[in-house]
Amino acid sequence: MNRRRFLKATASSTGGLVLAFHLPALGNARPFDGTDLAGEINAWLVIDPDDTVTIRVAQSEMGEGVFTSLPMIVADELGADWSKVRAEYADANRSLREDRVYDRMGTGGSRAIVHSRPYLQAAGANARERLVRAAANRWGVDPQECTAADSRVTHADKELRYGELAAEAAAIEVAEVPIKTPDQFTLIGTPQRRLDAPAKVDGSAVFGIDVRVPDMVYAAVAHCPVMKGKVRSFDFSRIADRPGVLQAVELDGAVAVVAEHYWQARTALDVLPIEWDRGVGAGTSSGDWEREFVAALDGDGVVAHEQGDTTAAFATAASTIEADYAAPYLAHACMEPVNCTAHVQEDRVDIWVGAQNPESVLAVGAEAAGVEPQNVYPHTCFLGGGFGRRSNPDFVREAVLVSKAVGRPVQLIWSREEDTRGGWYRPMAALRFSAAFDADGNPVGWSNHSVTHSILAGLRPETVASGVDRTSVEGLSEIPYAIPNQRVTHTIRNTHLSTWFWRSVGNSQNPFARECFVDEMALHADMDPLAFRRSLLGSEHADMLRVLEVLEEQSGWGAALPAGTGRGMAIHESFGSIVGQVAEVSVSKDGAVKVERVVSAVDCGHLVNPLSAEAQIESSIVYGLTAALYGKMTVEDGAVVESNFHDYPMLHMADAPKMETHFTLSGGDKWGGLGEPGLPPTAPAVCNAIFAATGKRVRSLPLSEHDLSWS
Amino acid sequence: MTELTVNGQAHALDADPATPLLWVLRDHLNLTGTKYGCGISQCGACTVHLDGAPVRSCVTPLAAAAGKQVTTIEGLSDDASHPVQRAWIEHDVPQCGYCQSGQIMAAAALLATNAAPTDDDIDAAMTNVCRCGTYQRVRRGVHRAAELARTQEA
Ligand code: FES
Ligand code: FES
Repeated sequence: MNRRRFLKATASSTGGLVLAFHLPALGNARPFDGTDLAGEINAWLVIDPDDTVTIRVAQSEMGEGVFTSLPMIVADELGADWSKVRAEYADANRSLREDRVYDRMGTGGSRAIVHSRPYLQAAGANARERLVRAAANRWGVDPQECTAADSRVTHADKELRYGELAAEAAAIEVAEVPIKTPDQFTLIGTPQRRLDAPAKVDGSAVFGIDVRVPDMVYAAVAHCPVMKGKVRSFDFSRIADRPGVLQAVELDGAVAVVAEHYWQARTALDVLPIEWDRGVGAGTSSGDWEREFVAALDGDGVVAHEQGDTTAAFATAASTIEADYAAPYLAHACMEPVNCTAHVQEDRVDIWVGAQNPESVLAVGAEAAGVEPQNVYPHTCFLGGGFGRRSNPDFVREAVLVSKAVGRPVQLIWSREEDTRGGWYRPMAALRFSAAFDADGNPVGWSNHSVTHSILAGLRPETVASGVDRTSVEGLSEIPYAIPNQRVTHTIRNTHLSTWFWRSVGNSQNPFARECFVDEMALHADMDPLAFRRSLLGSEHADMLRVLEVLEEQSGWGAALPAGTGRGMAIHESFGSIVGQVAEVSVSKDGAVKVERVVSAVDCGHLVNPLSAEAQIESSIVYGLTAALYGKMTVEDGAVVESNFHDYPMLHMADAPKMETHFTLSGGDKWGGLGEPGLPPTAPAVCNAIFAATGKRVRSLPLSEHDLSWS
Repeated sequence: MTELTVNGQAHALDADPATPLLWVLRDHLNLTGTKYGCGISQCGACTVHLDGAPVRSCVTPLAAAAGKQVTTIEGLSDDASHPVQRAWIEHDVPQCGYCQSGQIMAAAALLATNAAPTDDDIDAAMTNVCRCGTYQRVRRGVHRAAELARTQEA
């Protein structure tokens, strides 16, 4: 996949729009009306006369590897020569016009493979069958007697390449074709290097921020320091004469300055006098919220799960323990600050953006520009990280509004500071757990109340009418442990900050608290934490028990460690996959923590690409560990304090643990996701290891707020 | 006018000399492989070579590059054949890829002065942030690139 090939692919573009001088590695630029695409066999794939297979990817490539794993699924059924496969983005506008031919295009919830595998297999099988029929027609033989593999159809000593058959195959209709069973896979399950790697090592991959369109100008944007605040006034005359500066545009609670070059816009914005109406959030602080959330734990909450008689279990218990946990708001901090390029014309809107959901980009573009949805053309770029943040199109709306106001293509870039303070955070939460034990130390009662800022209250209020946001009780309302009496309650408590899906959502904070508390229970029962969990997992959790077994074996669980070091574990199932982790941690006498090693055991049912699967587990560990060590949004007088990597720090290479990932696959119907499930166990495994090393029990994150010194 | 050489090509630019080299490369020269991550020298996404040494271009004013040789990811090799680039492909290092230009430029600069870096050398030199957490493969990639560079010379 060299640069030239990308250039060729982008030479013509949807609806005749001419892209600028260099848009290599950008995907969806082929014409979609089929006029000069004789080799388009179905909406998912095109085969050129030279046998190049182009597979459309309807999910967003943000590092998780869909540009490779999804084509693998199609190519496996197709019988394609993998060395001739390339990937490009599917076209959201085409999907709108053609009855959602690309199905759900949003990427999130670790479901790219889970959701799209069946229809991608069907697309590959459909194309293969058509190619076989085309060859059989030419030869006048029974298609049943032909074989298709390595991009060739063969019959006895006859052979035709897919590239020779594609045009004929495209005209053949076939009924539904059965798909392979897992034992027939040839490509799925084999380690394949990323198709997008070459473009990502020579600077040619086009991220949203790299888009260049003729006549384009740049916008820098400042939002009210207090979310939900408004613009009172600003004085453009003070910057009007600065070089390159063109215009300032008022947005909802924000001002954008437009200039010929980004740095001109940015420096002008820095000196633009803006008066803000700080709104409802003024005067609030995260310290107050922490106290209020904990106080709210004393309330009753709404029942999210109940079994047995918890009240009686606690009343008759031989002993009980209780502990409160807390987790802060977190920013996604994608490596590429959010940005979007929009060109609004009278009857057409083009949007170039790295977004997790081109369908919502299209909808927001139409609404903001006031055009019909079918006249909006999203051009998906590579995403410099997504982690949930890029499924919210707020910044797309801004770019569209600014382009509309200036009448030119505009690239709107949030500075790192705006990106950090811009909200859509992982919600903050407080959690209380109580456990009741019988005289033999067996857990007989489990009670849990969580107080959490609701994501869905703002997004789909009807779903939280009961008083429970299901994303807030992930990992709480259903626990794998066989404790006969359970009562799980929830309270929604919102602040003026905006919240959103952050890698693994409720699973990012709830299993932290739950799995640490389970260790507290093990200690109370005087049992080894791993053995304790095993004793609480019933036979219906055979997959989890096997993960525990692999974890125990691979981690060297139980082996002695020197003073100041400790080992901790946690296990959690999310997005259809089970991940158990053991962390080895060293803590210096003055309290500096170093996570030395993280061993993971993973059951995701089946693997599509082991290479990217391992990468996703490592990625999730680093992301989860970064949050556990340092992550917290502090709010003072309603405004977020953290602004950039100096005060919202990121894990560096020197602090990254050694990571070992072991897959133990249960197969069957299970196809679990992998973009997120590796994250939930990391923080609790690390905190449990810190307890083992120091005897200090951490019940709130981040770790940087705790004194972990020991003697 | 500020004169500088980028990837072997001479340029005369009339941008404000205080403009960070990062934005000159990206907006004026359309060399978009060099990335903006933080703007305050904290992440390394903007790493380029200035007269062969790694610098963070987001805090390097254009004036500081006057008369100098700048190498960006686009100029590291003609055909992605630099040992670091080859090692990166071999070890499937990139995820989202956004930090990788900077990682690669930092690694190339390290290997230029240290043909066989230890893990500690790598920790000290590779302070680039990767939000996707590719560190383990970056480390392997640096070791592999060192090997490739040695066999290339031999
Ligand atoms: S952008 Fe220059 S160091 Fe982050
Ligand atoms: S690969 Fe995504 S930030 Fe490094």
